[in-house]
Amino acid sequence: MTQQQTAGGDVRLAGISKTYGSFTAVHPLDLTVPQGSFFALLGASGCGKTTTLRMIAGLEEATTGTVFLGDRDITDLPPYKRPVNTVFQSYALFPHLDITENVAFGLRRRGIKSVKKQVDEMLELVQLGDFARRKPHQLSGGQQQRVAVARALINHPQVLLLDEPLGALDLKLRRQMQLELKRIQTEVGITFVHVTHDQEEAMTMADTVAVMNGGRVEQLGAPADLYENPRTTFVANFLGTSNLIGGEIVSSGGDLVVAAGGGKLTLPRERCSASSTSSGGRLLLGIRPEKISLAHADDADSIAAGRNRVTGRITDSSFIGVSTQYVVESPAGTALQVYEQNIERDTRLVPGAEVVLHWNPAHTFGLDAAQDIGAGATSVEDAE
Amino acid sequence: MSVTEAPPAPTPEEPRELTLRKPSTRKRLIPYWLLLPGILWLVVFFVLPLVYQASTSVQTGSLEQGFEVTWHFQTYVDALREYYPQFIRSLFYAGTATILCLLLGYPLAYLIAFKAGRWRNLVLVLVIAPFFTSFLIRTLAWKTILADGGAVVDVLNTLHVLDVTSWLGWTESNRVLATPMAVVCGLTYNFLPFMILPLYTSLERIDGRLHEAAGDLYATPATTFRKVTFPLSMPGVVSGTLLTFIPASGDYVNAELLGSTDTKMVGSVIQSQFLRVLDYPTAAALSFILMAIVLMVVTFYIRRSGTEDLV
Amino acid sequence: MPVLRWIRRNLVVIAGLLTLAYMILPNIVVMVFSFNKPKGRFNYEWQRFSLDAWKDPCGVADLCGSLSLSLQIAFWATLGATALGTAVAFALVRYRFRARGAISSLIFLPMAMPEVVMAASLLTLFLNMGAELGFWTVLIAHIMFCLSFVVTAVKARVMSMDPRLEEAARDLYAGPVQTFVRVTLPIAAPGIAAGALLAFALSFDDFIITNFNAGSTVTFPMFVWGSAQRGTPVQINVIGTAMFVIAVLMVLVGQLIANRRKSNARN
Repeated sequence: MTQQQTAGGDVRLAGISKTYGSFTAVHPLDLTVPQGSFFALLGASGCGKTTTLRMIAGLEEATTGTVFLGDRDITDLPPYKRPVNTVFQSYALFPHLDITENVAFGLRRRGIKSVKKQVDEMLELVQLGDFARRKPHQLSGGQQQRVAVARALINHPQVLLLDEPLGALDLKLRRQMQLELKRIQTEVGITFVHVTHDQEEAMTMADTVAVMNGGRVEQLGAPADLYENPRTTFVANFLGTSNLIGGEIVSSGGDLVVAAGGGKLTLPRERCSASSTSSGGRLLLGIRPEKISLAHADDADSIAAGRNRVTGRITDSSFIGVSTQYVVESPAGTALQVYEQNIERDTRLVPGAEVVLHWNPAHTFGLDAAQDIGAGATSVEDAE
Repeated sequence: MSVTEAPPAPTPEEPRELTLRKPSTRKRLIPYWLLLPGILWLVVFFVLPLVYQASTSVQTGSLEQGFEVTWHFQTYVDALREYYPQFIRSLFYAGTATILCLLLGYPLAYLIAFKAGRWRNLVLVLVIAPFFTSFLIRTLAWKTILADGGAVVDVLNTLHVLDVTSWLGWTESNRVLATPMAVVCGLTYNFLPFMILPLYTSLERIDGRLHEAAGDLYATPATTFRKVTFPLSMPGVVSGTLLTFIPASGDYVNAELLGSTDTKMVGSVIQSQFLRVLDYPTAAALSFILMAIVLMVVTFYIRRSGTEDLV
Repeated sequence: MPVLRWIRRNLVVIAGLLTLAYMILPNIVVMVFSFNKPKGRFNYEWQRFSLDAWKDPCGVADLCGSLSLSLQIAFWATLGATALGTAVAFALVRYRFRARGAISSLIFLPMAMPEVVMAASLLTLFLNMGAELGFWTVLIAHIMFCLSFVVTAVKARVMSMDPRLEEAARDLYAGPVQTFVRVTLPIAAPGIAAGALLAFALSFDDFIITNFNAGSTVTFPMFVWGSAQRGTPVQINVIGTAMFVIAVLMVLVGQLIANRRKSNARN
């Protein structure tokens, strides 16, 4: 992350909100995006992430609150006076202008006459030098996407806003463009604010991810931090997959011990985000599928002591190359997910087999029981 | 993998003073400024005239002494009593022409949309190009085409078609010109493009793969048309029939040029009452009755066909 | 029977082509009869070939005067209706405001009204106001009935326009005026052009409303109408044919240019 730019500074939202009639799209929100960072707003559609982005761009008037760029209040500036540019969803390239004129649009509007050199350089940066005289509809999706990036970046904005920039691309191209965008961001050192519903995309690209739900930021942090330490069921389910097991706290001296599904499970106290951890309280235990090891019931004795264990029966298994995904039914939960790497496959692990799930207690996290256990669990496709 | 420490719990939202921003008045007024000139034009030169006409229709008096509002609704009764044959004739001719337009226009629209291939633009040009010759000149050409002793009449005579049509009262036994058939023929001809273009627009939107899908699902070509193509072209059928029926019902050009005194339509009556007889109240009443009938037919038709978004 | 089967399979094409023939037949007659040398005053029967009318298209009193008047009225009516109609169309698509439904109906009504009704009521207004019938009353009437058609054509185009394009322009430092001139207008242009073309055709060819409100002024359609009573000069056919041919040529040239541009862009 380079920080050559001294002007500008952080993007700071203070109490920003948006209501349409009686519907609140974004609840009063405080957020700081450090200068030069790659920041992602992640959430399902309708969670308020795009509205937040549009308020930074000036395309949406905030109902309350202030937008700061460095120390400057830009809340009342129209979009064409803000040093902020946007890569729009489905690109919004001007169909009546060729690629050169699309890219030069912002420069020309600011009265810059000799644009050729800058445009050529920018098209070189996004590797589209040969396409300067084409019209947008003659380009593929990935090429259009790069034109959109070039058209915004050429203005040297202090902040680049990206609204689902990769949503219209197919999977393979999307992976490629993720790396590309990351490369460009590192190269130019401009603050990127990226809106997406794709949790993998957010985690691969961003330094900081803010998970939004229902017009609020649920949690904010580095991708690994969010993944390892979700503080709400929504974050636990929306980022990757989590097995959530309800239980009752039986001992709260040192590590927490929780009675769940007929057994006892342990978790470190500092990994529990529930407000109350006194004995007798309810708790949701979380464990990621890839952290669980799977042993056939016959081998239960060889499991090391001190590990959390849950017994169950495999109901479904699917081989997906790098790993095998199992669904296990147990007293602790009806559909526990387990991902086993395909190193040494145990041929006894087929649907119907009795198994023991075991994992290091340190990998367990605790969540407040007073929330919807299924929040955020719908797949991305369903949320569209 | 090492387990990172849990971040501190979120700080509860502090209540704070929220100042609401209202969109500026100037911005809110933009649509009204855009609308003002156009709407004003329509109000002054479309709505206001209708009001004046409504008032005229209940006036009595004469050209010399001037007219006065006397709420003389008898004018409507008298106008209807005297001219109901022309009303019925107008609606009948316009209705027949509309149905003929649909029957003739649908195959051509279908041809352009699905069968024309690289000839599509040429055929479209051929449909639109006649527009550029004044419709009055083209209507006069029908006088030549349908002339007594001309090729068309000869052929129809040889095929004994005229025997049937004259028995039905559509033509005379040896001539077509100056008969109802000539008028309907002219109306159909004049309003065909208004049927074909909306039909084409809605047919063109239909995904060609739907035909393949229907065929794949055991539909014969006829069933495919009945169950898939035609229902999907309904918006075109509705706007096409309206764009044909409405102007045809008030038309008097075809009746005057191709018809006789026995084929006079209500438009002719209104025109002559207004411009020659100068009986303004009767003319106003007639034109109001025509408007009412057309609006009723249109509203009923739109309701029935369930297509309300024509504009 | 292979012939019958062929007919059955191509029924739609045959029916469509027959309709096309029905639509073009009068134009052919008009064209052929522009080379006629009629006996008497009416040009309804073929006598013999002659180029007289083509050599002297304005050789009939008032004919070319009425033609030029019609072109002038159509030009100004197109300009007026397109300007007013485009503004209304933008307001209807882009903004939410009170009375939107009522205004939509007001736009629709002139299209759902027989011409003769509008013609008669407008004349009533002009008579009541003591307006002098002529160029101006015809122009007012033409703008009125063309307006709705322009609104419909422009609206369709504006509705299919991505509002993000204008947002992108504003985001790229274009103020409201710049955004409109550089982005909105060029993209809406085909819709506006279609509306304008329609307005021109409707105005130029209008007879009924014009006939009511023209007073003693004579437009080209009115001249043709009058000649149907008094006698039809061959020159009418010449002008009708010339306009038909010019229009087709313009379309063909436009098509050629578009094709060339497309193949250029591909190389």
